[in-house]
Amino acid sequence: MRRQTFWKFVGPSIFLMVLFIALPLASVFWQSFFHSVPSVESVEVETCSPGFPTQICETVLKSRAVLDENGRPVTTTHFVGLDFYRSVVEPDVVWQAFSSGNPAAILRIDFWRALRFTVTFTFITLPFVLGLGLAIALAVNNSTARMRGPIIFVSLLPYIITPVIGGISIYWLFVGDGIVTRLIEAMLDRNIAVMTHGWAVEALMMFYRVWHIAPFAFVIFYAGLQGVNRDTLESAMIDGASRFERLRYVIIPHLLPLIVFVTLIHLMDSYRVFEEIVAFNAQSQRISLQWLTYDFLQPDDSGNRAIGRASASSMLTMIGIVLIILPVLRRAWRDHRA
Amino acid sequence: MKFEKFTLGLTLLMLSATTAAADCAFKNEIPIKAITSAFPAYKAIADNMQECGNVQVELDQEVRTKSAPALAANPALYHISSVHNGTIVPLLNQDTIRPLDDLVAKYGQGLNPNQLIKIDGKIMAIAFMVNMQHLMYRKDIFADLGIEVPTDYEQVLAAAKKIKEAGVVDYPLGATWMADWNIGIDFDNLFVGYGGEFVNDDNTPAVNSEAGRKTLEMMRKLSEYMNPEYLVADATYVQQQFQQKKIAFSNFWASRAAKMDDPAESQVIGLIGTASAPAAVPGGIPAVMFSWDGIAIAKNITDEEAEAAFRVALEGGDTEMVKENNDLAVWLIDGYQPTEMAKGAIETIQNGAKPNPSTVWRGLINDAIEKNVVEFMTGKKTVDQTLTDIEAAYTTSAKEAGLL
Repeated sequence: MRRQTFWKFVGPSIFLMVLFIALPLASVFWQSFFHSVPSVESVEVETCSPGFPTQICETVLKSRAVLDENGRPVTTTHFVGLDFYRSVVEPDVVWQAFSSGNPAAILRIDFWRALRFTVTFTFITLPFVLGLGLAIALAVNNSTARMRGPIIFVSLLPYIITPVIGGISIYWLFVGDGIVTRLIEAMLDRNIAVMTHGWAVEALMMFYRVWHIAPFAFVIFYAGLQGVNRDTLESAMIDGASRFERLRYVIIPHLLPLIVFVTLIHLMDSYRVFEEIVAFNAQSQRISLQWLTYDFLQPDDSGNRAIGRASASSMLTMIGIVLIILPVLRRAWRDHRA
Repeated sequence: MKFEKFTLGLTLLMLSATTAAADCAFKNEIPIKAITSAFPAYKAIADNMQECGNVQVELDQEVRTKSAPALAANPALYHISSVHNGTIVPLLNQDTIRPLDDLVAKYGQGLNPNQLIKIDGKIMAIAFMVNMQHLMYRKDIFADLGIEVPTDYEQVLAAAKKIKEAGVVDYPLGATWMADWNIGIDFDNLFVGYGGEFVNDDNTPAVNSEAGRKTLEMMRKLSEYMNPEYLVADATYVQQQFQQKKIAFSNFWASRAAKMDDPAESQVIGLIGTASAPAAVPGGIPAVMFSWDGIAIAKNITDEEAEAAFRVALEGGDTEMVKENNDLAVWLIDGYQPTEMAKGAIETIQNGAKPNPSTVWRGLINDAIEKNVVEFMTGKKTVDQTLTDIEAAYTTSAKEAGLL
C-alpha cells in the first residue's frame, strides 16, 4: 500500500482516537494534580421553612460560596502534587497497618478494599471463562451438524443480554425471598439471607461474570477449532494419542494465540468491573475500583463532587490495567517476533 | 390495528389537550420547560402545569444530579426545577435561581404563607408539600398484643421484642437502610434525636461524640429485629414488606402512606396507623428531620419567561390540583384535607422535629456517614473506628470543597 493511501485510511481513526481518548485522558491526568477550591464565607442567614400551623424561621451560621460580579462562584486553582493520590491511597494508614503487624487493617480504606475485590474478581473469573468457553466450543464442535445451530444460539444468549439486566435477574433469584433462596430454605429447613454475606455476594458476582462472558470465549475458540489441522489430529490418533493428549498437544497449541487474545480482553474488561456492583446492590459488601471512581464523581445532595480524587483513582485504575496486561502483551510480542 | 391504536391515542391526546386548556386560568404562550422529581405527587403537579399549554415537563429520578448543571447553563435548560432542602443548596451556591418576591406579590395571592421558602429574607422557592419519616404501624397487631404506640426508641425496642416473641410477622421492624443515602438519613435522624450537632461553627466535624456513639449502638439494637438483609432495603422494599404483612412497624416515609391502602398492591388496607416519629430520648423531640419539596425558577432566563414559568408552576400546585390528589402527599397548599394517614407527619412537626439543614457541609458529612455506618453494620468497623473514620472522610472532602 502506498504511504499516502495508508494515512488516508488510518488518519480519521487516529484523529478520533486522539480527540475522544487521548485528550480526555491527558485532561484527567492534569486534573489529578490541580485543585480548584471554591471560596467560602460564613454568614448568618435567616431561613424560613414550612411548619404546622405556621412557618419555622431560624437564624443559623451558614457557609456559602462567594460569588463574583457575574454571579459565578469564585475559585482558586493551584498545583497540589500527589495530594489527591495520597488521599485515595492513604499511605500513612497503610504504613501504620504494616508496621503494627496487622496488614488486614488497610481494607478499611476504600481504595484497598476495592483493589482487593477487583484483583480477586479478575483472576478467579479468568480460568473459568477460558475453561468454560473451551468446553462449550469442543462440545459444539463434536456435536452433530443438525444440533449445532440451536446449541450455538442457546450458548450465546447470556452474552446478548444487557449486563445490568442479566445481573439484576440473578440478583432477584437470591435476594430476600427469591426463588432460589426459597428453594435452599426449604431444603435446609431454615431461614437464610444470602445478601448479608459478603463472600456470597462476591461469589454470585463472579458466577454472573463467568456466565456472561464465557460465550464470547466460546465464539472465538469455536472459530479457532475450525482451523485445526485434520492431518495432525489423524496422525496423533494413529499414534495412539488419547482424547486428552490430542487436546493437550494439538488443539491447545493451535488455539494459543486466541487464548492469549481472550485473556487480554478479559483482563482488561474485568479489571473495570462495575455493572455487577450496581446490579447486585453490592456496595455495602464489595466495591470495585471503577465503582470507586464513579462514587467520587457522583455529586452528593449539596452538589459537591470529588473531581480530584476521581481523577486520581481513574489514573490508578489505568496503571493497574497496564500492569496486569503487561506480561500477556510481552508474551504476545515475543511470539510475534519469533 | 396498530394504526387504529395510534389514531385513538392521538384523539385522546387532543381531547385531553382541549379539556385541559379550559382548566388552566390563563393561556400560556411562551414555551416552558420543567424538570421535576418523579414521584406521584409531582406527576399530579406536572399534569396540571401542562394544562396551561406550551409546557413540557420531564419527570426524572435524577433531578438531584441534573438540575444544578442544567440551570447553570446560560440560557438555562429548564425554566422550572423541583427542589428540596438539599437540592436547593447547589442552586443557591451557584446563584442559578432567582428571588421570587416580585412574582409572589404579583401572582401569589393564592399561596399559603407557609409555602414561601425564605432564605436571607428573599423568597427563593415555593414549597408544595412536606415529607419525612414517621411511625407507621399495624393497628391490628398493636391492639391484639396490647402494645402502646411507642413514643421513644426504648419503647420501640420493647414493642419489637414483644412482637418478635408473639411471632405474628416475619420481622417486627422495617427500616429504609439501603447502603446509600437511605441509611445515612436514618443515622442523621437518630443523631439529631440524641442532641448531636454534625459540625462545629468553624465547619470542623463533631460526629465523634456521645450522640454518635448512642446512635450507632441504637442502630445495632434495632437491626436485631429486622430482616437481616436490611442493607438492600429501600423505600419500595419496606413498602412491600408492609403490604405483604411481613413487618409490624417502621419509621417510614410519609410519601408512601397512600400506598398502604392501595387495593391493587396492599394486603393491609385500613390496618396501618400513623403517629409521630419516636424521640431518641424520652420526652425529646422526634428523632427525624423533615424536608419540604417544591419548585424554584431559573435565573438565566428572560423576565418574561420567568413570569410565565412562575404562573405555570402556580397552576400546577393550585387548590384544584390538591382537591383532585388530596392523598398523594402532605400538601402545604390551601384546600388540603389532612387524611388519617397524614396524622403522623403533622404530629411529628408539631412535636418539634427540625427541618433538614440546607448547607454545603450537609452533603459532605452525609457521604462520609453513609459509607462508614454501612461498614459498622456489616461488622467491619467498631463504634470508635466508625466515628473516627466519618470525621476523617469528612475532613478530606471538606478541605477539597474549601470549607476547611
